[in-house]
Amino acid sequence: MWIKGARILDPENGIDTMGDIHVSHGRIAGIYPGGSPDTDAESIDAQGKWVLPGLIDMHVHLRDPGFEYKEDIASGSLAAAAGGVTTMVCMANTDPVNDNPSVTKYIIDRAKSVALVRIMPVGAVSKALMGQELSEMGLMKEAGIVAVSDDGNPVEDASLMRSALFYASTFGLPLLSHCQDRPLSVSGVMNEGALSSGLGLSGIPGVSEEIMVSRDLLLSRDTRVPIHLTHLSTKTSLELVSRAKEQGIPVTCDVTPHHLLLTEEGVKTYDTNMKMYPPLRTEEDRKALVEGLLHGIIDCVATDHAPHARDEKNLDFDLAPFGVIGLQTLLPALLKIHFENDKGLLGVLGAVTCNPARILGIDGGNLTPGSRADITIIDPQRQWVFTEECIRSKSKNSPFLGQRFTGMVIQTIVEGQTVFRES
Amino acid sequence: MNWPRKDLIGIQDLSKEEIITILEMTTSFKEISKRDIKKVPTLRGKTVVLLFYEPSTRTRLSFEIAAKRLSADTTSLSASGSSFSKGETIMDAALNVMAMAPDCIVIRYPYAGIPQKLARELPCSIINAGDGYHEHPTQALLDMYSMQERFGTIEGLRVVIVGDIFHSRVARSNVYGLRKMGAHVSIVAPKTLLPPGIETWGVDIATDFDSVIPEADVIMMLRVQKERLNQQFFSDEREYSFFYGLNKHRVDMMNSDAAIMHPGPMNRGVEITHDAADSARSLILNQVENGVAVRMTLLYLSLGGSLHVD
Repeated sequence: MWIKGARILDPENGIDTMGDIHVSHGRIAGIYPGGSPDTDAESIDAQGKWVLPGLIDMHVHLRDPGFEYKEDIASGSLAAAAGGVTTMVCMANTDPVNDNPSVTKYIIDRAKSVALVRIMPVGAVSKALMGQELSEMGLMKEAGIVAVSDDGNPVEDASLMRSALFYASTFGLPLLSHCQDRPLSVSGVMNEGALSSGLGLSGIPGVSEEIMVSRDLLLSRDTRVPIHLTHLSTKTSLELVSRAKEQGIPVTCDVTPHHLLLTEEGVKTYDTNMKMYPPLRTEEDRKALVEGLLHGIIDCVATDHAPHARDEKNLDFDLAPFGVIGLQTLLPALLKIHFENDKGLLGVLGAVTCNPARILGIDGGNLTPGSRADITIIDPQRQWVFTEECIRSKSKNSPFLGQRFTGMVIQTIVEGQTVFRES
Repeated sequence: MNWPRKDLIGIQDLSKEEIITILEMTTSFKEISKRDIKKVPTLRGKTVVLLFYEPSTRTRLSFEIAAKRLSADTTSLSASGSSFSKGETIMDAALNVMAMAPDCIVIRYPYAGIPQKLARELPCSIINAGDGYHEHPTQALLDMYSMQERFGTIEGLRVVIVGDIFHSRVARSNVYGLRKMGAHVSIVAPKTLLPPGIETWGVDIATDFDSVIPEADVIMMLRVQKERLNQQFFSDEREYSFFYGLNKHRVDMMNSDAAIMHPGPMNRGVEITHDAADSARSLILNQVENGVAVRMTLLYLSLGGSLHVD
């Protein structure tokens, strides 16, 4: 199969060129800048389109097993395919928790039979995410996990965290840390500040994240084990990470699209689709995150796709669960940042392709000949509005409903097979 | 001309002119409660439902009496003894109430934002009787009415609000209203009970109660909300009342004309002693009396009343 006449964007190889791509046996067979010899083989006319490596979303909640009414592996993969995401890394807070190889095996087997895209599970750091005893990381690795995380539940005990870093690195597993000091944030539902006080909602102060970012950076320095900090939300967190990187601490981090595009102002109408952890912060924080992405302090953008059923979200702001979906708005959100800042296209795309692949130690995320033919084709000019009708997830809790985007995923290819085509 | 608002959610939404209108009309409604037959037919045929998801004595009784004096039919529902305790969500409960065609729902709710949501989604009038620690607009209006009645004007009054500002919807609504009406507001509390961002409220902030007492025209004491103080906000009641309680010693420091207010219910001996609560300076029972008149005004206006009472 050939993809012809496209703008080819491959952040890993620094390629931004017009040309053709040859795909054969589920692999990238070759890139032909400027065009290729005529062929009778099946081809996709991609004139005016952009072709990129399939996206890797390193932070997704698929809710399967246990909460299939919110999402399951099949519906999550439909949403991923429609969003140009060809690899999803799914978190361990299912029921039962993915803290042992039999749950890992269920996810892998289920994905094999129903998923349109590649699904790579994350194992729990601690048994039942309780922060007490280490999980069976080694056996889960054998069964197919690519990282460990207690996401959703911070590992509060510094001693266990230190131990977890050593133990995970024994098996070559990266550790993804959700930074939250619980006592400082436990009653909060939105960013703490004048707005939360005015709305009568309890605040989650930025410092509740920053304290744990600091702790994790110190533990990483102390153990010399790499650590990945997920969904950072404040300017100060980024400053801490930036300084740590300068000092050679092996830290990487990601942010979500909603923290890059939205602020706490969204909470003004008590819209529970604006409730997530960490909370939407101030415009100053948001700008710092965008700068951090454009300057490479932020390594990855990941959605923290967190489906919740309509009835759960249609509660009081205080009682509704934290979390929003994001698989189908990941790429449009990144393009928005690229268009608004008119720079850094390859850098921004690297945050959802080669960077997560590198951090997780997995293949994919590039268009290097010989690698998996996971490819996303987008129409960069298409203007559209994101509505509930667009959503392929079982849950509709998006903070971007009604948002206008430029640039749309029109075709998604996984190992050479088309899994989504925009109709 | 009719009142243009279907709902009353917060003082933050009201203009100064609207507040003045409400306070002016309250005087006419107050007169009704002094009659031998305390009932006018103004809201005959209207149904007012009181949905109270938090314990309340004063506010609920006050709304009920206000509605009855205007001849509205009232029904009152509380959290215990309703299907809320069976797990029904507030939206389902509200839709069920709506199906019975009330003209107005008065709601008291433990979390912020629900009156706003009901106002958006239901066709009937919604009056907020307190939501979480967001707003309690009728309390602020009756407080302002009581101050105006006592001092003739609110403009230029020096009002000191003391206590748990962090968890107080009464403080928020009063600050918004008093600032709009041109009063000078000082907040007194230990720093743990100041809400984040209070520096944007346009009020003075003090931690030393004694330093602001001589200047004050009104000292408004807030209840120590034991049920909300789930963290370490202060050491104990003994220390709290030593620094932030209104006692005889502090009453003696007050300027001769100054008044004492409290939204109730009082914790006697904690934020206020009997020397203060029962003194001649106390407007606490006037507040309760005026509460009925203010709520009559708001029910009347929200249910489409004309701005000119016959």
